[in-house]
Amino acid sequence: MAKIEVENLYKIFGPHPKRALEAVRKGATKAEVMDKLKHGVGVNNASFQVEEGEIVVVMGLSGSGKSTLVRCINRLIEPTAGSVHIDGQDVTKLDDKGLRELRLSKLGMVFQNFALFPHRTVVDNAAYGLEIKGVDQATRRQKALESLELVGLTGWEDSLPGQLSGGMQQRVGLARALALDADILLMDEAFSALDPLIRSDMQDELINLQEQMHKTILFISHDLDEAIKLGDRIVLMKDGAIVQIGTAEDILTHPANDYVERFVENVDITKVLTADSVMKKAKALGYINSDGPRASLRKMKIAGISSLFVIDKGHQLKGIVYAEDCSEAASRGERDIKSILKTDLKTVQADTPAMDIINLLHDLPYPLAVVDDMNRIKGVINRGALLGAIAERGVN
Amino acid sequence: MIEIPRIPLGQGIEALIEWLVDHFAFATKAFSKVMETGLTALQSALQFMPPWLFIIIAAALTWWLTRKRGVTLLTLFGLALVWNMELWAATTSTIALVIISTLVAILIGVPVGILAAMYKPVDKTVTPILDVMQTMPAFVYLIPAIPFFGLGKVAAIFSTVVFAVPPAIRLTSLGIKQVPRELVECAEAFGSNRWQRLIKLELPLATPTIMAGVNQTVMLALSMVVIAAMIGAKGLGGEVWKAIQRLEMGNGFEAGIGIVIVAMILDRVLQKVGSRKNGK
Repeated sequence: MAKIEVENLYKIFGPHPKRALEAVRKGATKAEVMDKLKHGVGVNNASFQVEEGEIVVVMGLSGSGKSTLVRCINRLIEPTAGSVHIDGQDVTKLDDKGLRELRLSKLGMVFQNFALFPHRTVVDNAAYGLEIKGVDQATRRQKALESLELVGLTGWEDSLPGQLSGGMQQRVGLARALALDADILLMDEAFSALDPLIRSDMQDELINLQEQMHKTILFISHDLDEAIKLGDRIVLMKDGAIVQIGTAEDILTHPANDYVERFVENVDITKVLTADSVMKKAKALGYINSDGPRASLRKMKIAGISSLFVIDKGHQLKGIVYAEDCSEAASRGERDIKSILKTDLKTVQADTPAMDIINLLHDLPYPLAVVDDMNRIKGVINRGALLGAIAERGVN
Repeated sequence: MIEIPRIPLGQGIEALIEWLVDHFAFATKAFSKVMETGLTALQSALQFMPPWLFIIIAAALTWWLTRKRGVTLLTLFGLALVWNMELWAATTSTIALVIISTLVAILIGVPVGILAAMYKPVDKTVTPILDVMQTMPAFVYLIPAIPFFGLGKVAAIFSTVVFAVPPAIRLTSLGIKQVPRELVECAEAFGSNRWQRLIKLELPLATPTIMAGVNQTVMLALSMVVIAAMIGAKGLGGEVWKAIQRLEMGNGFEAGIGIVIVAMILDRVLQKVGSRKNGK
């Protein structure tokens, strides 16, 4: 069961949403509904799921309904139709009390403009949810201090929000959500109001925190680079409807329609492409125990390459041999390649961005091996293949 | 020519007020007694003190509230001048009236303002009433005050409260409505109920605006207390009223200057108190 399940969700703004809803269900567009019925379509038939421990980024331009969508999940905005299930419980059917309890137990929220209470100190802001929950003062201060420490704000607890920089204020906002110990974080354009450098730091930090905490995060963003960096999956919205759901890779390489394609065309392709999407299957591999210099040379000749990655039976990468070393060893009559094996290899992981690969490949006399956590070879990247991939996907 | 009958609006209002007087005057008269007692107590407390002691206490209080040398000196020398002009009794009487009227106006105005901010129907009912209250010439309130409370200070307080309560209501409501939407959403997202939202977020943030409303209420109360001299409020307004009737220009201006001094002190002190809360 998914952590969050959104099914056929609609939000119509206006005095008589039912009539507009019918029109929308019959296929009227957002513009038509606005023109003829004077109703706004916030969310149009949205369905998606967020799995436990996943970061899903809902992305779209302003007015695409992404903020409305996230507010329908904790019902800051009342959905017009459809359902939202959290841990199997239908949120849309909760009464006021149940809703407040749900918000306090499961849903932490982080806001675009931080939404800190200016008259409360940092620690009192961080403790707000706990205070509403009815936690006693000593415990809630303790917990708030812990979550402030998590976001690196120890020592600032007695300051007022106005004395903090934007980045620090948003850390308080994050600490306030974390202090609740909720398993779901709703982050509404949480980093959009920050300077680019601070934003990038905060993104890195969120990724680090997420590795420790394994929250389920629904992140709203209008910034594709941010979505790609943070999102395990991306939900792309336009005019209140979901246009595409998939990994960054899916969306960039197989855009569902022209809209998505235009949306993604300005992305810096080198940040998006990762090692596994540009690597090729190794044309040939040497086996450390069975292949001698001659066999290795022959494999290289057939494949048309000048160096050969050497693995053991478990597919673990052991090193590389060069053609010239092989032929020398062969002429000396050696039957083993262990003596000419070069083991100080540079390798990359499957998720290394192409940006970093370009720097590594520069000055490297042999292709790059892509390995997994167990050092098993997954593929190889050479300069030509990388440039080819970038060129191919960079062009529309 | 067709004769259009005159609509008896004035007669209707008169009949309504007379009916109210007939049926509720016992209550208002009882209320009047209570107020009178409280007012007399406050007034005699103010007058019991020797003027120099009162002036020193007022100056110290001003310093403590504002930390401004100018305003403190204004209090010190302003009140000393009033004492010197032999308007001391009239001034304390006016101050007592202003204090009581303001307290009543705030006790009514702030809760009504909160309700208006919280509930649309209340807002829609209160707004037109306030519009009428604020545009109706102040003198008109003096007339119905007499049958309900009799000539004198309580009638003055009644008409003063009616005149001074609108800004307290309006600015309280405005202050609460001005709390940024994102903060309200945040309070909601973190599980607050309506009451918690009001106490923990809206009222603290609305305090500067509410204080601005209180400031205006005090100023309006002061100006109305002066006008209410016509129905027997006495005080500084009474001095002015006497001077008008006897064409004593000097006395009139002296009393007028006394009113200006009291107004300036109250205004500066209240503004400082309001903005200090706002500042940090």
